[in-house]
Amino acid sequence: MNTEPRVMRFPYCPHGALHGGSLRLHRRTVVRTGLLYTQAKGLLDTLGKVEMEDFGAFVLWALKIWLYLVISLIMIPAMFGFSLGISETYMTILVKTLEWATLKIQKGHADEQLEASASNGLIQREDGSMEKELEELRRSRPKPPVGGDFTLSDCFYFTRRGIESIVEDEVTQRFTSEELVSWNLLTRSHKDFEYISLKLTLDNLGLHWPHLVGHRNICSWITSKLEVTTNYNNPNDSHIPSNFFSYGDCYLLMCASLRMCVFRMKFWLSELVHVMCYRICARGLSATIHYHNRENKPKKGGICVANHTSPIDVVILCNDGCYAMVHGGLMGVLQRAMVRSCPHVWFERAEMKDRHLVTKRLQDHVNDKTKLPILIFPEGTCVNNTSVMMFKKGSFEIGATIYPVAIKYDPKFGDAFWNSSKYSMVSYLLRMMTSWALVCNVWDGGLKRAKVKESFKEEQQKQYSSMVVGEDSSSNSD
Amino acid sequence: MGSRASTLLREEEIEEIKKETGFSHSQITRLREDFQRIPELAINPLGDRIINAFFPEGEDQVNFRGFMRTLAHFRPIEDNEKSKNAAVSEPLNSRTNKLLFAFRLYDLDRDDKISRDELLQVLEKVDVEQKMSIRFLH
Repeated sequence: MNTEPRVMRFPYCPHGALHGGSLRLHRRTVVRTGLLYTQAKGLLDTLGKVEMEDFGAFVLWALKIWLYLVISLIMIPAMFGFSLGISETYMTILVKTLEWATLKIQKGHADEQLEASASNGLIQREDGSMEKELEELRRSRPKPPVGGDFTLSDCFYFTRRGIESIVEDEVTQRFTSEELVSWNLLTRSHKDFEYISLKLTLDNLGLHWPHLVGHRNICSWITSKLEVTTNYNNPNDSHIPSNFFSYGDCYLLMCASLRMCVFRMKFWLSELVHVMCYRICARGLSATIHYHNRENKPKKGGICVANHTSPIDVVILCNDGCYAMVHGGLMGVLQRAMVRSCPHVWFERAEMKDRHLVTKRLQDHVNDKTKLPILIFPEGTCVNNTSVMMFKKGSFEIGATIYPVAIKYDPKFGDAFWNSSKYSMVSYLLRMMTSWALVCNVWDGGLKRAKVKESFKEEQQKQYSSMVVGEDSSSNSD
Repeated sequence: MGSRASTLLREEEIEEIKKETGFSHSQITRLREDFQRIPELAINPLGDRIINAFFPEGEDQVNFRGFMRTLAHFRPIEDNEKSKNAAVSEPLNSRTNKLLFAFRLYDLDRDDKISRDELLQVLEKVDVEQKMSIRFLH
């Protein structure tokens, strides 16, 4: 073995190769690494005659097998909408694991139980009715036999309710993620749990390694193990690219096929391709979607309104049928291609301000019976999936048939809510891909026609004035 | 009251809060309209008076400190907080201070008295269709 320091050609020491002057500084490390390299090479040679070419062939073979598996077991079922039952078994095992794990944790932390289930907010409230609370406040005074009563202490009730609503009102509550009653083993969803027992980790490892089919599951498995043992702050870079690979190439496939559809000019084909591509995207997210009440599915020339929890909603709804969407602003080659093939409704940024123009455009689209139903999210923003925000009425004024659709995500498997102030789009997608799974239920509702209630303000006032004035309010007049 | 002016937030303190929390100036102070946007407060008959209780006299903005001062009235009373010497000023959530807060809800012109008109005004807000006659005051 040559221990001469003329080892500047080694790749570990580029400084030595480039800067002759600085070679002096690195001489010792260079010598050491040179020694190590030659020793290692000798060792490998004696061990198993593993040469570089054989290794390359092995890798290629493994890659081919993996590709065939992916295509046959993931893409083809995804495209045609049937399932091989692998994800279902994965789900059942996952649910059982989570339940067992929660029981384990509960035994361990018996005292500091999940009090989050008791109070869902910052303050403790008493939810008695107005009559009950005012009675309580007035209890020290004798009740008059006839007629109502007024005490100065009545203001306490209203003041307390007012301050409660300033501290925490229903609307603000809907924009934070839902607290889970039983933890779903993702450290990100439980603030208190930072370390979990080693036994649990090993048990998880044992349960999940059989699911080596489906590269998505492998990635989620590995990243979720990392989550359980460490606090999940940074994504594991080496595993995420394979997820993005599937998601990214689905998108490219979609656009390429759309360009093809332009030449054919056949809408049914473009619909088919659309649904197929969305299905692949959904499989990339490991989503299981259950559709209920399919007879109420939105038809052509109607408007579909749905609640909005995350940008993934679009993928979920389009798995079942094709919808036209309302987009603002034209950006990029991709979207220009989509415009030509698919009848989405497009608006320039300036046009969005003009309500009449918007309404007219939508009406034109709707009146054309061959066009796809428009998908609109009337809440206007992402809500955390526990309740529904007040709708913006613009979409309802168009006058077409409305098909309401409800989307509910199962929180056991991962929180789908996109808190746009907390997470950017990319980190949100990363979180989606690394949660256990995405399970959601979609209900198509039939529209019930109900009268709008009168103003709520008068309700409270009426109630209180009847308490003050008493039962015989007709006798009191000025 | 003399003590009120000294507890209002000075510019330096707003700067300090800005640096610490990263909030901008507009996020540290609030206007009346912001409170009125809360739907549950809007349907409360005493909603306007509650909002006015936050704002110091004649001002249209409330800063964070003033906001906390008002909210501090609503902390539950802890019984072991009985102060031995009367020289120490009472905490904001003492019984007396709570009653003072409630008194000020009625006393609109801040003259430390509740006049008959002020009382009628409260009931006006509460009534829907017509002014009521208040039998027990006659």
